[in-house]
Amino acid sequence: MTRIIVIGNGMVGYKFCEKLLAASSHGDFQITVFGEEPWPAYDRVHLSTYFSGSKVDDLSMAPRTWYQEKGIELRTNELIVAIDREQKKVISHSGTARHYDKLVLATGSAAFVPPIRGVEKKGVFVYRTIEDLDAIMAFGKTARSAAVIGGGLLGLEAAKAVMDMGLDTHVIEFTPKLMPRQLDEAGSAILKSKLEDLGISIHLSKNTTTIHGNGKLTGLEFADGSDLSVDMLVISAGIKPRDELAKTCGLSTAPRGGIIVNESLQTEDDPDIFAIGEAASCQNMIYGLVAPGYEMASQVVNQLCGKASKPFLGFDMSTKLKLLGVDVASFGDPFGETESTKAIVYENKNSGIYKRINVSKDGKRLLGGLLVGDATAYGMLLQMTQNQLPLPPKPEDLILGNRDGQATEGAGFKSLPAEVQICSCENVTKGDICQLIENEGLGSLDEIKSCCKAGTGCGGCVPMVNDLLKHQLKALGKQVKNNLCEHFDYSRQELMDLVKIKDIRSYDELIDQFGKGDGCEICKPAVASILASTWNELITRQDTIQDTNDRYLANIQKGGTYSVVPRIPGGEITPEKLIVIGQVAKKYGLYTKVTGGQRIDMFGARVDQLPDIWEELIDAGFESGHAYGKSLRTVKSCVGSTWCRYGVQDAVSFAIQVEERYRGLRSPHKLKGAVSGCIRECAEAQSKDFGLIATEKGWNLYVCGNGGSKPQHAQLLVNDVDRETVLKYIDRFLMFYIRTAEPLNRTATWLNKLEGGVDYLRDVVVNDTLGIGETLEKEMEFMIQTYACEWKEVVNNPQLRAKFKHFVNDDGGDPSVAFQEMRGQKIPASW
Amino acid sequence: MSANLEKYQTAATSRITTWFKAAPVSALPENGGACIKYKDLQIAIYKFSRRNEWYACQNLCPHKMQMALSRGMIGSQGDEPKVACPFHKKTFSLKSGKNLNGDTCSIDTYPVKVEDGFVYVGFED
Repeated sequence: MTRIIVIGNGMVGYKFCEKLLAASSHGDFQITVFGEEPWPAYDRVHLSTYFSGSKVDDLSMAPRTWYQEKGIELRTNELIVAIDREQKKVISHSGTARHYDKLVLATGSAAFVPPIRGVEKKGVFVYRTIEDLDAIMAFGKTARSAAVIGGGLLGLEAAKAVMDMGLDTHVIEFTPKLMPRQLDEAGSAILKSKLEDLGISIHLSKNTTTIHGNGKLTGLEFADGSDLSVDMLVISAGIKPRDELAKTCGLSTAPRGGIIVNESLQTEDDPDIFAIGEAASCQNMIYGLVAPGYEMASQVVNQLCGKASKPFLGFDMSTKLKLLGVDVASFGDPFGETESTKAIVYENKNSGIYKRINVSKDGKRLLGGLLVGDATAYGMLLQMTQNQLPLPPKPEDLILGNRDGQATEGAGFKSLPAEVQICSCENVTKGDICQLIENEGLGSLDEIKSCCKAGTGCGGCVPMVNDLLKHQLKALGKQVKNNLCEHFDYSRQELMDLVKIKDIRSYDELIDQFGKGDGCEICKPAVASILASTWNELITRQDTIQDTNDRYLANIQKGGTYSVVPRIPGGEITPEKLIVIGQVAKKYGLYTKVTGGQRIDMFGARVDQLPDIWEELIDAGFESGHAYGKSLRTVKSCVGSTWCRYGVQDAVSFAIQVEERYRGLRSPHKLKGAVSGCIRECAEAQSKDFGLIATEKGWNLYVCGNGGSKPQHAQLLVNDVDRETVLKYIDRFLMFYIRTAEPLNRTATWLNKLEGGVDYLRDVVVNDTLGIGETLEKEMEFMIQTYACEWKEVVNNPQLRAKFKHFVNDDGGDPSVAFQEMRGQKIPASW
Repeated sequence: MSANLEKYQTAATSRITTWFKAAPVSALPENGGACIKYKDLQIAIYKFSRRNEWYACQNLCPHKMQMALSRGMIGSQGDEPKVACPFHKKTFSLKSGKNLNGDTCSIDTYPVKVEDGFVYVGFED
């Protein structure tokens, strides 16, 4: 058994262990890992998410139990202070000694701190570890403004973190450009103006000389004599390889830092010691990205396992990232410096987009380039650069898109050679993925991810993998069929037709006749939705095919309790009803919050309390708000012409009418509506699945808008129509969506996939070109007529009511439910 | 919370010392799950009515330490009976306890028998 010691438990050190285990058999290696931080390796690339709520566990590469299960001895909180190369042994600060046969130095790097007078002052931080972040967060609570030194990749990451804390943010960069290694001046200028739009102040060509303050910093002074007052400073200006341990044991280090290794990643002086990741200096280069670190880990693993290993001769530093919401990418030779090139540039200051590609002098090859504001073309451009693919006759099409109106989607994949690397973190090629699709029969992104790990690192290649998958499936002549899951060889639309034609009323009937197996968490709720959208029967009759929220008619929250939302149509509520909500919340000790949909959410109800709570609400005249369902949520309204001096129509009355018309309507995903009483659009109707905006002559109907993670404006379907006509069109629109959408597709996604887009939708809904208008209206009429409040039925039915218990053999609630206090209300104990 | 996780130990049918009379069959839903209390443990029991099989496992989902598996949807992956946690849809085999769609650690499973209209869960204690 070979004894391996890994010093450093960062991303690369962890990846080395993972790869070594995958490549070897049990018992080949005995692995010991030393990490000086208190926790197992975590994802440093996404460190800034710690400020927006991620916990140490979320960032963790693998939990401590993973190391245990794999038989790795993980010693955290332990710093190695000496390596005895004679005796092949390492010694930690606490005196632990371990012998090795092979030693891997993955000590990573520390923050580089430029020589500035006063860096020892209170309020000055570096941005590198979770402990640094904890200190920044604690100090940030008392600060109002902060400066970040460093306008590169790391500096802007730190700026995002500081901005997320709500501080007035300044970025200070020594050179005249932001991201000097990736961007040219024009690209930097676009990025600068985008960041300034976010409220960040950018100071370029500023050399910080002194940090002022008496004990605690108060401001910065620059070499040009100017100064800046700030309460806090974060230095994130680059990295410095952690090579001090290597130095003390006599290993050679590079003048600019880093442990010198040969192309096998062995240290120059000791063939049994390897260095990988940011600590290694390979041909006088330090690689401060994770992908080359992973590649180095692979090479060492191959050598240790006696497999073929190619020499490490440098790594492509092309990179694509999202900085503060702005896409930035650079690839190949971004500045056109390596050989004589011609640049093609597209710059749009209005929308904040800059693209540059460098083409060889003969116009035949792409050598590199950079993208700011829109990096969708990155994957393809990188492949063209790395594989020296022939350029199209008009190379500008690469950044401007094909302007002849013909679709180009996926067209480029055919020309990519099989050895093209698609996922650089896990080194997966196009050929690897195609092989899995063709020979192993893989047909989904998840299958590809779990089989070859492509897309599981930085995630940047996921869209590319997905496109490749679709392209390959099509090329194989496989119909890209939207089968629901392994239990049904039918799409949602086909199943809906079957349910209707064969008069199927239950999940069991459907799977017996048209499916196989026992179903799963994908097809059960999808079929439940289809049945509800077709027959509108009480969903609690088939409670175990519902997702937990629909099963318990409430929203599950952290800690396993539920939240309760009564319907408040249009957001209009009487003082009496407000008092009832207050009384109920008080009686059951519930946390209350106003929702984004103009109603009130009560959190922290145990499952056994739900029927009692609803009994009181129903007695006071409330009904279910269906906040738990893939169904109509709310129809938001502005106050409209009854009170507002600008209003031209009574928005509240119409919103109430619309909300009551479609309440309880089950659909492929949730539905939100809004009604605005005038053109000022205070109800934000253009961000809803359907939105109405009052005009002098009637109503404008907008459809398929979306908020959430991918906001999309709703599109105008029809304008200046009266109330009755608007309702008719919404009936048709919603029913058409319910009939044809895939499961869990919001209307916006559905419209994006609908061939012909909004024009086609208008043809169907308004012009009735398919001649189904009347049928759709009748189907909706049936839904409206058969509506019943689910909670009313449960409250009045002892059998249904009895299902709301935590234990079947004990009347107590869940004893593991625990709360803590925040601002005078309870919240669940965090996970 | 990880101390909580250690309370659960997969019980092998051959080593069962206690068959705990959990509940009448009628108290459990068809093709679904419910939770029972045994000492300080919470155990999820599932009735696969379609194949006339019963399974039991810890109610605690090891992903975010939530007492929720009994409220999950059950089903199959190939022939493997499984449950999906309602929180983040981590799925676990009810035969081996293995996490089927990720790297979350396994759950512990317990044997179930039905006699005279009652469901019994086996423990080694």
